[in-house]
This record gives sequence, C-alpha cells and structure tokens, in this order.
Amino acid sequence: MMNMAMREKLGLALIAVALVALPFVLASAGTAWVRITNFAVLFVLLSLGLNIVVGFAGLLDLGYVAFYAVGAYVYALLASPHFGLHLPFWVILPLGAAVACLAGVILGAPTLRLRGDYLAIVTLGFGEIVRIFMNNLSAPVNLTNGPKGISRIDSFQIGPVNFAGSDTFAGLVFSGPIKYYYLLMLVLLAVIVVNRRLQDSRIGRAWVAIREDEIAAKASGINTRNIKLLAFAMGASFGGIAGGMFAAIQGFVSPESFVLNESIMVLAMVVLGGMGNIWGVIAGAMLLSFVPELLRYTVEPAQRALFGKLLVDPEVLRMLVFGAALVLTMRFRPAGLWPETRHRREMNENRA
Amino acid sequence: MTGILLEARDIGKRFGGVQALKDVSLTINSGEIYGLIGPNGAGKTTLFNVFTGLYPRDSGEVQFAGKALDLASPHAVAAAGIARTFQNIRLFANMTALENVMVGRHVRTRAGVFGAILRTRAERTEEAAIRRRADELLHYVGIADRADDLARHLSYGDQRRLEIARALATDPQLLALDEPAAGMNATETGALRDLIEGLRRDGLTVLLIEHDVKLVMGLCDRVAVLDYGEKIAEDVPEAVRANPKVIEAYLGTGAA
Repeated sequence: MMNMAMREKLGLALIAVALVALPFVLASAGTAWVRITNFAVLFVLLSLGLNIVVGFAGLLDLGYVAFYAVGAYVYALLASPHFGLHLPFWVILPLGAAVACLAGVILGAPTLRLRGDYLAIVTLGFGEIVRIFMNNLSAPVNLTNGPKGISRIDSFQIGPVNFAGSDTFAGLVFSGPIKYYYLLMLVLLAVIVVNRRLQDSRIGRAWVAIREDEIAAKASGINTRNIKLLAFAMGASFGGIAGGMFAAIQGFVSPESFVLNESIMVLAMVVLGGMGNIWGVIAGAMLLSFVPELLRYTVEPAQRALFGKLLVDPEVLRMLVFGAALVLTMRFRPAGLWPETRHRREMNENRA
Repeated sequence: MTGILLEARDIGKRFGGVQALKDVSLTINSGEIYGLIGPNGAGKTTLFNVFTGLYPRDSGEVQFAGKALDLASPHAVAAAGIARTFQNIRLFANMTALENVMVGRHVRTRAGVFGAILRTRAERTEEAAIRRRADELLHYVGIADRADDLARHLSYGDQRRLEIARALATDPQLLALDEPAAGMNATETGALRDLIEGLRRDGLTVLLIEHDVKLVMGLCDRVAVLDYGEKIAEDVPEAVRANPKVIEAYLGTGAA
C-alpha cells in the first residue's frame, strides 16, 4: 500500500512529465494547437488573478480585462518600434505588473465602499474606460496608436534564444510557440504557488472573512478597506503579467482584444470551475478555452460533410456553448465544477 | 477593581425621526461584569454598535483605557482592545471553527503579502503562533473537538462559544456580549454563565446585554437600564431591581 503523500508525489510527477511532453504531442497535430494551448494558459493566469478578487475576497469585478490591457500595453509600448524602445522582458513584465497593480488601486480606492451589484457596475465601467482610452489616445500625442493598435512587438529573448524563431536542441525542434509554452508553464507554476501561499495566510483568511461576513470581519479587527484594496491590487498584478505575455506572444495589441466580452469570459471561467478553488479555476479556464477551439475544428468540417455547406458559424455556437455551460453549472453544481474544499467537504458530509 | 476602563459621555444617536440614544453616559470599571438591560427597542444594541464603531454617532465621546477611542473605524476599536459578539450570531460560515478564531488574531499579527508569498521565517513562526493560540481558545471555550468543522455546522450553543473565542482572539480588555443567552436552553445558559464567570476570573471586563434577567442579576456587578434611549438607572443589581423607574419601564405606569 502506498501512503497518500507518496501517491500524491507520484501523481504530480506524472502530471509534470505529461506537461513537459505535451507541446510535442500537440505539435504533431499542428503548431496551431500549441498556440491554442498557450492562449488557454494565458486565460488560466487571468482566471487565477480574478479568482483572488472574486473567489477569495468575494468582490464582483466585471472589468478585470482592463488590467490585462494595461499589462499588454505597457509591454507593447516599451518593446516595439512605436516609441523605438526595446527593453528586455524581465524589466517590462514586473513593470507591467506594477502599473496594473497601481491601476487596481486607482480603481479600488474610490469604489470599494460599494458592494455587490454596484461594485460590479463600476468595475464594468472602468474596464470600458481603459479600453476607450487605448482607442483614443492617438491624438494629440500618439500614445497608443488608437484602434490600429501596436504591431511588431518584440518577442522574448533569453540570452541567445529568441522566442520568435525555431531552435534545434538534442534533435528536437523547439518552435516559438513551444518555447513560449514552457515559459508560460513556469509562470503558471509561480502563480499557482503564490496563490496557494496567499490562500493559507493571514491575508488570505482576511479575504475569505470579508467574503463571508464583512461586518463581522470589521468587528474582528480587519481593516476591510485596505484588505480589499490588496485583493484588487494582487489580482490586477496577475492580470498585468498575463497581459505582458499576451503582447509578446501575439506580437500585436489593439483595443479590440480587451472588450467586455473578455472580462465576462474570464469571470465565467472562475465561476464555472469553482470560485475560490485554484484547481477548479484552472479546470474552468482550460475547459472554456479548449471547447470552442474543438468546435471550430470539428463543427465546420462536420457540417460540410453532412450538408455540403456551412449552416451555423462555429463562433455563434461558441456563445451558445458558453451560455448552456453556465446555465447547467448553476443548475446542477452551483458552487462550480470543482468547488473550494470547504464546500466539497460539505457535500461529502451531507452524503454520509 | 482597578479604576475606570471605559467612560462614555453624552452619546447621542438619531435614526431619522427616532432618537435612539439620548445623551447616554456610563462608566465601566476594570474587571467588572457590567450589564445593560432595557425593554425591546430601548437602544441597547445601538449603543453597542456605537461603542464598536459600526454606527457613526451623532454626539458624545468615549474614553477607553485612558485614551479617546476612534469610533469611526471598527478595526481601530478592535485594535484598542474592545471585542464583541453579535445578537444574531455572525460567524464566517464557510470557514472552519479554527479558521474563524485565527481570523480574530489578524489584528494582533503583522504578516503581509510578501511574507506570505515568500514564506519567510517570521511569517511561518507567526502563523504557527496564530494556530496555537486559536487552538488554545477553542479549548478554553470548550469546543476544541469541533475545530475542523465548518462554523455553520456547529450547534447553536457551540456557535455562540465560537463567536466568543473569535472575540477573545483579538486580546481584548473589554468583551462586549450582545444577548449571548438568546435562544439557549437552561443547560446551555448555565454553561455560558460559567464561561463568563471564568472570563472575569481571568481578568477580563465584560459588557453584557441580556434579556435573561436572572442571568444578568446573578452575574453582573453593576447594571445600567436603558429606556427609550435614555439611561434611567445604573447601580448594583439589587438597587436596580428595586428602582421604581425601572419597574415602570418594564411593567408600565401604575405598576409601581
């Protein structure tokens, strides 16, 4: 009999091996799938950031994509021909996180007296304001290049290895997306560790306490305003990092990438997966990232084979699937597919 | 008795047209159990909420442990050394009993985001101390065996105890209990009484709002009576019981 700790270690080792081998398996099906995976991981990063705000602290934020946008634009402006600046990524990524964090504080400070629906509406507005700024800050001084966006953004460069091209190492071809995949995995690992540590810390408990009962939290000596602000700032920093990586991977940013729909999508990932539980949120983000892509690759050929023409656009189906997934989750698993341990323990108790 | 712990002067609070508190002044001595009674709607809980910073007051000052109390922020009140429980229990329902008490340690501990992310030695030491203290407090109030259960799964009496443990975790000098015996049966009330007496033995000052007159009269060193937002009596229990104004407030005119 293996004990739990050993079994857990073995499981983690298997997952690690699988994740290391994954891009090569995907690449055999086409590099596009590696790219899709990379974007899925970006969404996982975003969901984990939003999970701090929504899942831990219970603050409904509908404008989260604003921080993603801030991170992306910081990267784009400091590493592209637009201003002729080409700073290395290890300078810009932390800077992007810091600027996004500041944006989080700026949004949070005046709005955190609001609760629930009202907070949601204000954050929604904030998200739109940031996008509209990006759209219009091309005159009189051309800061963001407006709706045309910023292109030819530098890719990551670590020593002699540039992430745009391919390298061959030990007989394996490492294409750009595969290199980004490994980098994203490292960032994801760091974000998961940070999330978990925050969750079982004094600050994490304070967040959950505020979510559970704000008045009792206040009376227990928690400075709720500061602690909520901290949740916003932390969540925003994660968004900023994801944004920077997005800009580098995509090589192009424009306001169009940061519409309200994206905020809602990330929120849907958090809710579907299970608010507050890191693994649930990861599962939710993966699911909602991959299913639409699978649809894109299967629905169209299937229709052409069956009817000889395209009847339903996969894009349309995507929203349908989203809606149905959310409605079904709320109906059958209101706490999410993989809820927080406390809730799960709860269900087990009820069954016993 | 070692002097005055809390001194409230001319506390006033108005909700729209209702004068909920009218120039209420009272003093609580160190180490005593101070009862606050009065008919429903007399303003007891309002006074409580003013003392603990949850309601902004319209007038008046509170001196606590020799310093003016910042009544504008509840967390500052907790930091100054006043902890409270709620009439309709307010626990963190989806946290375990132990975690509830650990939250109470927040105000006496320091670890921030960076300490938590880096798991510094200071953070780990502090975290272990928080856990140890929370565990002690669960033992103290007698629900240590429920430490890993969600707060909302505890029995009513245990929830009351857990709330007291959480309040104690903030290292208060004054513990304010808002109707702790409400909804309890005779056995539970008896156990609560023992717990409160134990608190006094351990040097804590207790402010007690209670409807159970027997409990109040048996426990309290001094009792204040509120009626329509005014303090109509403040004395030892026997004297308050004999006070005609008090009898009138409870039973109506002519009864005295």
